[in-house]
Amino acid sequence: MTFTPMNIVLLGVIALLGVGFYGLLVTRNLIKVVMVLQILIKGAITALVLAGKLSGNLGLGQSTAATVIVADTIVAVVGLALAVQVRRRFGTLDVPKISTLRG
Amino acid sequence: MESITFGLFFLGAIFFAYRAIVSKRILSATIYLACISALVSAVLYRLGAAEVAVMELSVVAGLVNVLLVYAVSVVGDDAFDPPSVVPKPLAFVIVGLIVVLLGWTAFPAVSVYFERGSTTLAVALWQSRVLDVWIQIALIFSGVMGVLGLLSEKTPGKTEEFQP
Repeated sequence: MTFTPMNIVLLGVIALLGVGFYGLLVTRNLIKVVMVLQILIKGAITALVLAGKLSGNLGLGQSTAATVIVADTIVAVVGLALAVQVRRRFGTLDVPKISTLRG
Repeated sequence: MESITFGLFFLGAIFFAYRAIVSKRILSATIYLACISALVSAVLYRLGAAEVAVMELSVVAGLVNVLLVYAVSVVGDDAFDPPSVVPKPLAFVIVGLIVVLLGWTAFPAVSVYFERGSTTLAVALWQSRVLDVWIQIALIFSGVMGVLGLLSEKTPGKTEEFQP
């Protein structure tokens, strides 16, 4: 494998996604879960732009990345609002503790 | 030279991402997240996606981080970090497997160059994907309405307290 700029970017995207997945597995704080999702989405956005550049259609890659940014922002905003309400109601942000499903 | 630049940007982003995950304080993690956004924006700009880089920097590094700081100020920066439910060695193995599979499927695609004709962002967004733009606008409005409903102090109707 040669270390061309595109290969380096792809390596970085995969590493960023890996760190994000690790964070999703080990994080229990609700606000930090939203943060880890942000890290994952950054990897996805970079991958979309890279795919657009490799296919010679950077405009399409950028437009899909813009869509992902909008959706990601909405997810973050709603997730944070939910975290605030969960903290007010349950007094904790620990995800396993707020799970009331039994059986 | 460009490879080194990209490598340095990504090394920084990955370092900050790891620090954001292991950080005990949420506020520190928020600052690390802003640093990741700045570095990813630089990568996007170097890739030629200037518009998306600006969006990433302004929306994600700006708006989302402000919202995170607001959420921290509301809930308090007690930022307990309880031990993970998943054992860390198992998490490392799972993530390693995911990374290997991603690399195995993605790296062959980098060497495949196919020309489909270049379009600008304006054409792609406002002509080819105009329906997506309308959906995004609807999504933004629904998100704003959802947040207003969630952050309202009074809940109509049932106000039963949670009994653990």
